[in-house]
Amino acid sequence: MSIFEYAPAPESRAVVDIKESYGLFVNGEFTPGGGASFKTVNPATEEVLAEVAEADAADVDRAVKAARKAYDKVWGPMPGRERAKYLYRIARIIQERSRELAVLESIDNGKPIKESRDVDVPTVAAHFFYYAGWADKLEHSGYGTTPIGVAGQVIPWNFPLLMLAWKVAPALACGNTVVLKPAETTPLTALLFAEICQQADLPPGVVNILTGAGETGRAIVEHPGVDKVAFTGSTEVGKAIARAVAGTDKRVTLELGGKAANIVFDDAPMDQAVEGIVNGIFFNQGHVCCAGSRLLVQESVAEEVLERLKRRMGTLRVGDPLDKNTDVGAINSAGQLARIRELSDIGEAEGAERWSAPCELPTSGYWFAPTLFTGVSQAHRIAREEIFGPVLSVLTFRTPSEAVEKANNTPYGLSAGIWTEKGSRILEVAGQLRAGVVWANTFNKFDPTSPFGGYKESGYGREGGRHGLAAYLKGGQA
Amino acid sequence: MSKDRIDVRKTYKLFIGGAFPRSESGYSYVVNDHKGAFVANAALASRKDARDAVVAARKAFPSWSGRTAYNRAQVLYRVAEVMEDRRPQFVQAVQQSEGLSGSKAEGVVDAAVDRLVWYAGWADKLAQVVGNANPVAGPFFNLSTPEPTGVVAVLAPQRSSLLGLVSVLAPVVVSGNTAVLVSSYERPLPAVNLAEVLATSDVPGGVINILTGSAATVAPWLASHMDVNAIDLTGAAGDTALAAELEVAAADNLKRVRRAPAAEPDWTLDPGLEPMTAFLEIKTVWHPMGV
Repeated sequence: MSIFEYAPAPESRAVVDIKESYGLFVNGEFTPGGGASFKTVNPATEEVLAEVAEADAADVDRAVKAARKAYDKVWGPMPGRERAKYLYRIARIIQERSRELAVLESIDNGKPIKESRDVDVPTVAAHFFYYAGWADKLEHSGYGTTPIGVAGQVIPWNFPLLMLAWKVAPALACGNTVVLKPAETTPLTALLFAEICQQADLPPGVVNILTGAGETGRAIVEHPGVDKVAFTGSTEVGKAIARAVAGTDKRVTLELGGKAANIVFDDAPMDQAVEGIVNGIFFNQGHVCCAGSRLLVQESVAEEVLERLKRRMGTLRVGDPLDKNTDVGAINSAGQLARIRELSDIGEAEGAERWSAPCELPTSGYWFAPTLFTGVSQAHRIAREEIFGPVLSVLTFRTPSEAVEKANNTPYGLSAGIWTEKGSRILEVAGQLRAGVVWANTFNKFDPTSPFGGYKESGYGREGGRHGLAAYLKGGQA
Repeated sequence: MSKDRIDVRKTYKLFIGGAFPRSESGYSYVVNDHKGAFVANAALASRKDARDAVVAARKAFPSWSGRTAYNRAQVLYRVAEVMEDRRPQFVQAVQQSEGLSGSKAEGVVDAAVDRLVWYAGWADKLAQVVGNANPVAGPFFNLSTPEPTGVVAVLAPQRSSLLGLVSVLAPVVVSGNTAVLVSSYERPLPAVNLAEVLATSDVPGGVINILTGSAATVAPWLASHMDVNAIDLTGAAGDTALAAELEVAAADNLKRVRRAPAAEPDWTLDPGLEPMTAFLEIKTVWHPMGV
């Protein structure tokens, strides 16, 4: 009997209406930008989607002033229960327009519709619902009720709308106003979110969205009218931000890179562990700061795990992000693809053995087959540096203490995974891992109520949950 | 005591890894009382001393952070007990350092001992106050708990030589961090006395390391040290240039920075949780539920 072939099941693009060009969203209106414009492309096809305005220093100043005015006159003084209702409105509109948001996200980012539809957008709505409810309950937060002021927020391209929600929802719930810059390669859902703010009648200036690249981000971070900086992105830029705000009163939270260990013990539930490894590194093409990019597998089961893992990787469907069957979509940009290729080549050059899932890649667009490396040592660059792509480095260990030592042998400390049926081992190892999120017998789970953030060079501060309020209230410890 | 007796002048040493070494540099400096009269010599800590102290603090971290919270509370409470025993010595040191009257100095020592007792009691309560369960929308157990950040460099306040000192040190170590503290430059004697208390109490060697000397000289090495996880800049209060320089250096490995205040705070006020939470990490653990 032959294996059934997949028939394409494409999600319709008809639900989205992409404009030819987009301006900046400042003080409740779309306005032209002072800088040059740039193009955003569909990474699955290299098709140019739209021309997007680039905010210059004067635009940043305009947006910060609008945010300050809204903070002083409207949003800051507004009772929490009223702020809450705006956030509830936004949450509802996100639910109502969820298909549109999911399709647009997949087109602009390259992630499979399965993920944007089932993970990103529902979590975005849930995030707004969660923090909406905090707005009139801040006296119970443990951090007081006083907002900080104007928040400058810079977000990455891997979860464009979800990262926006992580930044905007708690900031607004606490009474702050925001100037947010989406990533250069993925501005479209943030601009659609701006429309949603208009649709919700959110007062002008409470949310300002400035598109642009690194210079725009720098201008936001360094603007003297910004009281709080929130950044998600690379550790390198995070350090530059920490230096830029030194000697100021600006509060900062940084959610940066990672090189998470996913530890599989010999008594792990093997089927779940293999699914967890796959989800840990191939979810969102591995464009995940908390990705389980270092598999630490106990020596006695390494052969079996690898065999099952390769078999499973062979069934991953790589291709059209809008196809509902697709498991792994497009790499977000040419630049990122080049970095993944470079580090993978270095992995081979340094002596690790490369294996890629046999799959046909589309001829246009940016693609990288799910790949794993065996024979990786701790000194290899592919074991130390964040690749931010669908590339797994496999290392082995013999004892739990060796696993912990290897897991912690990194300047990062964002997340980690543990797979074992033994409860006492989970709790012991979880306690010893220097990481902000530990997934035991699961991986890459996110929830608005659950704080997320790193130890060491993965940054500081937490997003999500009660702890996420601390970043946006004067009484919170960043 | 005969007026003719020549007193034995003291040259105090550093406190690193539970031992009292002299500065590797060989330097010491004169400590005068508030009137300018000679009191003692104190070791002038160098870059090498700072690095040695970091090594000692890192070595002590796994064991100290791995102790039960109850045990850490007991150890810190014991420090308060030993301080109480040595009240006259601390009163004299505070008088000499800060130029206070006897009764005011007594009040400072009272407050310092009481503050230590207060912090000791937090050891086994912090997790309950700053951690919580998270009701995620799925079949998962999900718990967020605080953990110590690691090795913390502490610049002790320059003016409040004992109450301020205890108020920046106790909140760091109570949660399981280990500390490298740089004392007040001009008023190091209460810190030296505290080191002697620590050596005779139950605090394991390396958990608290005390360097006497100049923050401006030593702190840049601590701020840029890649095996230090956090830094408290309180001792740079009012020195905005130094504080900014240290904050820039601290970004090299993204240290958690407790910024320098514009002026030294009123140490008699309720400190709240912030001095402790500044050096905590929140860890969130997920596990599926099901049969």
